[in-house]
Amino acid sequence: MIGIALWISFFLVAMAIVLNAYRLLVGPSLPDRIIALDTMYVNSIALIILYTIWLSTRVYFEGALLIAMLGFISTVAVCKYLLRGDIIE
Amino acid sequence: MAWLDKAWIDTALEAMTAFFLVAGALITFISSFGMVHLRDFYLRMHGPAKATTLGVGLILIACMLYFVLIERTFHIQLLLVTIFLLITAPISAHLLAKVALHQKLPSDTTTTGAPSELREEDVAQEPDTPHPEVPGSGQRHSP
Amino acid sequence: MLIERCLPRPILSMILMLVWIMLSDVITYGSVIMGAILGIAIPLMTQRFWDAQPVVKKPLRLLRYTLRVMVDILLANLEVAWLIARPWRRPRPAFIEYPLTLKRDFSITLLASTISLTPGTISANLRLDGRSLLIHVLDTDDEQAVIDEIYNRYERPLMEIYE
Repeated sequence: MIGIALWISFFLVAMAIVLNAYRLLVGPSLPDRIIALDTMYVNSIALIILYTIWLSTRVYFEGALLIAMLGFISTVAVCKYLLRGDIIE
Repeated sequence: MAWLDKAWIDTALEAMTAFFLVAGALITFISSFGMVHLRDFYLRMHGPAKATTLGVGLILIACMLYFVLIERTFHIQLLLVTIFLLITAPISAHLLAKVALHQKLPSDTTTTGAPSELREEDVAQEPDTPHPEVPGSGQRHSP
Repeated sequence: MLIERCLPRPILSMILMLVWIMLSDVITYGSVIMGAILGIAIPLMTQRFWDAQPVVKKPLRLLRYTLRVMVDILLANLEVAWLIARPWRRPRPAFIEYPLTLKRDFSITLLASTISLTPGTISANLRLDGRSLLIHVLDTDDEQAVIDEIYNRYERPLMEIYE
């Protein structure tokens, strides 16, 4: 049962990342591209977790944690740069 | 955790894992779908800010249940990722909205309400009341 | 006296310890001791950078507020997902200026985060004068109803808890 659910989830999350990539490439404005990247990293966490379940190993948990932290920090840094023209004032 | 070694608990855990996996992936997909078909940036912002967080959170919970099923151990590290995503999602959404207002992205024509941030003419005067602690904050900050 | 000197921020220390235990993924003597060391050392080293600590006046109400927000997050996500999943239905977005009655930065931050996480609303901008919050609503007919709901559901409890 988990096997089938896993394949369905793999497909849906991969499609979600494809849609994000579409918005990243097309997105008319800069904030659109930022939010597409932001969503993409959250979706990649989901993909890593699914891979973890598939392999039944816990080595990738730290990877998920690191992506969550670095993705948030990079989003905030880019937003700050666009808002103030500087990151650390 | 010997009290967990019962057949019906295994079945229940398996069913719950499968349910959370599919539900999480579905919600993740829907929010990304919204990013493609919604019409202006402010609308597109709603998907990632909420639905993605819940979707990935559900997948993380499913992963926790799965490891209870096969190893009989709780991996609280995954809970940390979920909490972290929940805390950071509103902050990045708020910052992105600020960036969009700063760049004066046009909102959809059906949007009601015209915030002074988006109006062209009275940008210089806004906000009219200065902050009590910040001298000179009556003028809008220029980058 | 000594306890106050060593633990200037008991809540922060406790959170740091819990985060360390969760990060190391096991509850052993080692992780608890290391968490305790970090929980004492980090607040002492960073003490000068922190603003004054907010005082929680009614802890039980804070617990109830947290539970309510959790339930709201779940419902809000389902609601937004259901709205997005039907592209043929045009949503009615709106910008709303929400008049703030909260005064402190910390409680305003909490309110803005809560608004961003709950039904179809995102806090977009805090005005420089700190008196109003610009909110973008995904789907609404009645702006006054949204303002009233936020006030009764979130702002008044926060005010009772922190101010």
